[in-house]
Amino acid sequence: MTTAEKTLNAQEHALHLLQQMLRIRRFEEKCAELYQATKIRGFLHLYIGEEAVATGVMEALQPDDAVVATYREHGHALLRGVSAEAIMAEMYGKQEGCSRGRGGSMHLFDKASRFYGGNAIVGGGLPLAVGLALADKLRGLKRVTACFFGEGAVAEGEFHESMNLAALWNLPVLFCCENTLYAMGTALARSESETNLTIKAASYEMPAWSVDGMDVLAVEEAAARAVAAIRAGGGPYFLEFRTYRFRAHSMFDPELYRSKEEVASWKERDPIELFSENLRGRGLLSDEDLVRLEQFAAEEVARAVDFAEAGSLEPLEELSRFVYSD
Amino acid sequence: MASLNMVQTIARTLDEEMTRDERVVIMGEDVGKRGGVFLATENLFDKYGPDRVIDSPLSEAAIIGAAVGMAVHGLRPVAEIQFADYVYPGFDQLVSQAAKLRYRSGAQFSAPMVVRMPTGGGVKGGHHHSQNPETHFVHTPGLKVVYPSTPYDSKGLLKTAIRDEDPVVFMEPKRLYRAFKEEVPEEDYTIPLGEAVIRREGSDLVMISYGGTMTETLKAADALKEQGISAEVIDLRSLLPWDEQRVLESVARKGRVVLISEAPRTANFISEVAATISEEILDTLEAPPMRVTGFDTPYPYAQDREYLPGVNRILKAVQQVIDY
Ligand SMILES: Cc1ncc(C[n+]2csc(CCOP(=O)(O)OP(=O)(O)O)c2C)c(N)n1
Repeated sequence: MTTAEKTLNAQEHALHLLQQMLRIRRFEEKCAELYQATKIRGFLHLYIGEEAVATGVMEALQPDDAVVATYREHGHALLRGVSAEAIMAEMYGKQEGCSRGRGGSMHLFDKASRFYGGNAIVGGGLPLAVGLALADKLRGLKRVTACFFGEGAVAEGEFHESMNLAALWNLPVLFCCENTLYAMGTALARSESETNLTIKAASYEMPAWSVDGMDVLAVEEAAARAVAAIRAGGGPYFLEFRTYRFRAHSMFDPELYRSKEEVASWKERDPIELFSENLRGRGLLSDEDLVRLEQFAAEEVARAVDFAEAGSLEPLEELSRFVYSD
Repeated sequence: MASLNMVQTIARTLDEEMTRDERVVIMGEDVGKRGGVFLATENLFDKYGPDRVIDSPLSEAAIIGAAVGMAVHGLRPVAEIQFADYVYPGFDQLVSQAAKLRYRSGAQFSAPMVVRMPTGGGVKGGHHHSQNPETHFVHTPGLKVVYPSTPYDSKGLLKTAIRDEDPVVFMEPKRLYRAFKEEVPEEDYTIPLGEAVIRREGSDLVMISYGGTMTETLKAADALKEQGISAEVIDLRSLLPWDEQRVLESVARKGRVVLISEAPRTANFISEVAATISEEILDTLEAPPMRVTGFDTPYPYAQDREYLPGVNRILKAVQQVIDY
């Protein structure tokens, strides 16, 4: 490859990463608006501020890998390839949604992209990830299961049982801990005796690294290295992504547990701003590029909203279907 | 007297009990500084400090299990499980440990503790924020299960639960937390567990419910009144023990009964009430006991109001027992 080609490739890839982060950001900003307008109901947890994590990790995965997520999973679903339309319709509770509108924001599923769900039980997805990986191992498939969870989940028994089994049986799981420093209103130091989560993970005899979760390139690189090691048969891997949620825990949260200054200082490290500046500095991002990326994201959101608006509620009689196989 | 909603009443009652008895300790996720996600423990952290209002990590098993340990050791823990749906990671500690400790130890040890849990649907919470797990607990000998429907009762029953010598599961219908206010006396009072209350007098039939669905049941009774049908409404208030005597007396006199509960239909707690009625007073019945319940499905998000036994479904069942 010539140097010019390399630069071109790098630029294309960089703009792609920025595009992905913007897609999540704009999608969720719209969600917040729609929540205020009571189009989206129930509980809504925004990922705004954490976009670099899902973006970087998803880059490292192949289409036949699996993803297990939490209730803060709109971005993961979107980048995994679940259509914005299907996600938005789900949040509206419409039957065209990716889970037939039965679960809403916290219960996004998509078989085609091997997206094994949001999950509103903290820690509830980790054992599932272990099982998916065990099945892959037993069937001789070289697939990886990426399992996302917040640092709050580390206090749950399911975390420890899953970490132990994955390591004990040498399973292809990438544990992605999104450390936002607070589990709802509880600061890490008030919930963990050992606040260094990589030490904790390493005690299960798996490689464990801490990564700047506001730096999409750092995330991508760490995830790529981890996935390569896992795929080579090296067993599970733990990555702690140090990140921050810019918004409240959910739509009802007075945020008494953290100061405005702290939030502001993290916002200075907004992953999208950081990366954009970085690219601009290198001459890889022009105003026109940005307009184009923004436009793509805006159109995607607009299509999603139109689709969700036009959707319909599942007929009541249908709601008793699929409790069991028909 | 103050006019209070249910969640305010619960916070005040906890406050009163903590003042009355130093052994009362609160524990749960974000119950301290935050005052609980529903504010059921608001201001208690400031008043009683971190040793009596303990913020715990996300560890339902250890929250309930540690409450057992503290209870054995002479404290009176009131654990909060943030949503009833999160009790399952702590299920073992409640069902295998707390419930059985007295019996298992040959009556040497016991666990006088309360596990409070905001329960039920109708808030668009979806599968993991709407469930009604009471059947699991009434099916567990050793536990007591309370499920109030009014601010006034919440106070009297919570006090009784905290003072009880055995583990009590205290379910709070979260969609009623702020639904209405009523006068709640400032003075100390308790309501015995296992004592139902008649919410409406009536002569044609009896409607029996508890917790969140009391609202729909009372609305149905009002609608019936307009049609000239007089329904007695019983609020069970506590499910284990439950007020067999009151129920049987009322039903025997009216001969017709509709039972309403929001939990899934199969093995719903009210089936137990219906079975007892059939066993004990079949000869007084003019129609079979009729149940109106949630469905045997997970709790759907978009149409969660339809999942609830709403007024129309209740009225339909009433019509059936009348026409029988
Ligand atoms: C078993 C269980 N307990 C409690 C909750 C309530 N809850 C939902 S999210 C949350 C905080 C989780 O924090 P963290 O794991 O750090 O993830 P984040 O919200 O920061 O993404 C809590 C306490 C739950 N959903 N499930």
